[in-house]
Amino acid sequence: MNILVCIKQVPETNKVEVDPVTGVLKRNGVSSKMNPYDLYAIETALRIREEKGGTITVITMGPNQAMSVIREAFSMGADKGAIISDRKFGGADVLATSYTISQGIKKLGQFDLILCGKQTTDGDTAQVGPEVAEWLQIPSVSNVCRIKEIHDDSIIVEMDMTEDIEIAKVAFPCLLSVGKDIFTPRLPSFLKKQASKEREITVIAFDDLEDKNEKHYGLNGSPTQVQRIFPPEVNSEQVIWKGNGLELANRLYDKLEELKLV
Amino acid sequence: MAKLIINQSKIDNIKEFISICPFGALEEAAGEVRVNAACKMCKLCVKKGPEGAATYLEEKVEAIDKSLWKGIAVYVDHIDGEIHPVTYELIGKARELAKKINHPVYAIMMGSNMKDKCKELLHYGIDKIFVYDFKELDRFKIEPYTAVFKDFIENIKPTAILVGATTVGRQLAPRVAARLRTGLTADCTILDMSEDTDLIQIRPAFGGNIMAQILTPNHRPQMATVRYKIMDAPKRESEESGEIVFCNIASEHLKTNVEVLDIIKKEKEQFIEGADVLVVAGRGVKKEEDIAMLSELADLLGGQLACTRPMAEAGWMEAKRQIGLSGRTVRPKLIITCGVSGAIQFVAGMNHSEHIIAINKDEKAPIFKVANDCLVGDLYDIIPGLIEKLKASKGA
Repeated sequence: MNILVCIKQVPETNKVEVDPVTGVLKRNGVSSKMNPYDLYAIETALRIREEKGGTITVITMGPNQAMSVIREAFSMGADKGAIISDRKFGGADVLATSYTISQGIKKLGQFDLILCGKQTTDGDTAQVGPEVAEWLQIPSVSNVCRIKEIHDDSIIVEMDMTEDIEIAKVAFPCLLSVGKDIFTPRLPSFLKKQASKEREITVIAFDDLEDKNEKHYGLNGSPTQVQRIFPPEVNSEQVIWKGNGLELANRLYDKLEELKLV
Repeated sequence: MAKLIINQSKIDNIKEFISICPFGALEEAAGEVRVNAACKMCKLCVKKGPEGAATYLEEKVEAIDKSLWKGIAVYVDHIDGEIHPVTYELIGKARELAKKINHPVYAIMMGSNMKDKCKELLHYGIDKIFVYDFKELDRFKIEPYTAVFKDFIENIKPTAILVGATTVGRQLAPRVAARLRTGLTADCTILDMSEDTDLIQIRPAFGGNIMAQILTPNHRPQMATVRYKIMDAPKRESEESGEIVFCNIASEHLKTNVEVLDIIKKEKEQFIEGADVLVVAGRGVKKEEDIAMLSELADLLGGQLACTRPMAEAGWMEAKRQIGLSGRTVRPKLIITCGVSGAIQFVAGMNHSEHIIAINKDEKAPIFKVANDCLVGDLYDIIPGLIEKLKASKGA
């Protein structure tokens, strides 16, 4: 089975500040790591390979430094890696990002199964996976919490719907985005890390893609525009309530109603 | 084409110029500044660098005719006709947005055997409810649902579409947005409408530390998802209003590679880490039997019961329900502490809760330093009355 896992490098922490004067993000000196949800996707791929055999390729998009997440995937057991990188992709929103990734995937070849983490911890949208599936014209299932059965032509998965579980059979090729409940990711192995040290990583730039219309990439290919960013209103105000038991009970009830719990 | 151009001759101090970029997208190579793939086109180097060092070349794109797109549409999220409450909340918001620009409010519902089930929507002030009722749509399947959504958009041309950020909404909305080549903003917490029909979408970014205001200025429809319990649902009107329109679609669009085998109810989450609401018992609880009262309150709020260390050590409650450094760390939407003094070790395990309500007799209890609402009083005077009221409202 030919498996592809989409991974991303994200900032180590979400603690960012906005410059109150310019309204600009202060992000200097933030270190990076692999998006934690992607570890579950890689683990899922490894388990499927253990059962069915095949090859695991990981793909990422970002600057050159993002290659370190590919190396990390190698040390977990992935076979091949590719990075989509070009300054022409800068400023991409969900639509342009997913399109660029889908173009990169087409460049790499045909895959039976594409796995993504449920979402990233920096963008937090959970939208890129389903949009990639649309560009590739393959079915997708998000929020997969369990793989039930793997057949030659299809896979049976459980989708977490908060209060319900939907069991679905999806034909290959398809894209699944997986949640945290699926498997516990293994730790990177030192031996695998050593063995993959020299392994080549495919670099895919703008000129390598099939569609060379610059209007489809980066800021130019992005329908949404961030108009401004601003610090959230902090509701740190404290309210002290005094009164007799019944008054407090009534007021507490009103508060619960306001919080939409009643 | 919009482009960022670096003029090397205008840069005196290369290191200083490079340090402007928070994303590390400017780098020095052979005595020149280059832009690498980390560039997010934030234009900070244009604003903060020496004049002319970085310039942003904007290309005029042809403006679309926004007047061709009319109406605010809401996707009706349901399983077997049982409508998810986020739908009503979005209808409330859609009505508010539509009023500002004098547009109609639409709902789109797809499923099987919907003829009667869609009628409930007539009580919420929607102008037109578009229903696709086909047996192939009995359960959510990404391909036919996307095709139906596209058919609706192409025929009705709504300017904005709101989708609940449920498991289904979070995969259907992006799929539709990509098919229509339009913008989608996830998990909006504030939505507003400007006069030129641009939807003002505000969402938390970077883990909620920053809010971003996002527009889709030259694409239609504008799409946004919103989580459950963010917007306010309108009151159900006893009178029916609006019109139901049954829509047709060619069967070739209903083909799928996904077969839904079953939908099963999930077992209730038993871990305190997973609960949205927590009621915490502290040493203010006098007798072991009194825990039942707090347990009842937790049940009425759809939450879980948790405790402090002394309660777990006394054996009154299980260790897995203990919050704090020696117990579990929780981050519920609401936490109500009852008779908890608020030792540092306890607070460290719960101070990231979204809303903290504390009940304690002692006005000086440290728990009141972290609480949003501080109820100075005896839990035995407050909780029974609250339970009474909650029961009465459930019965009504």
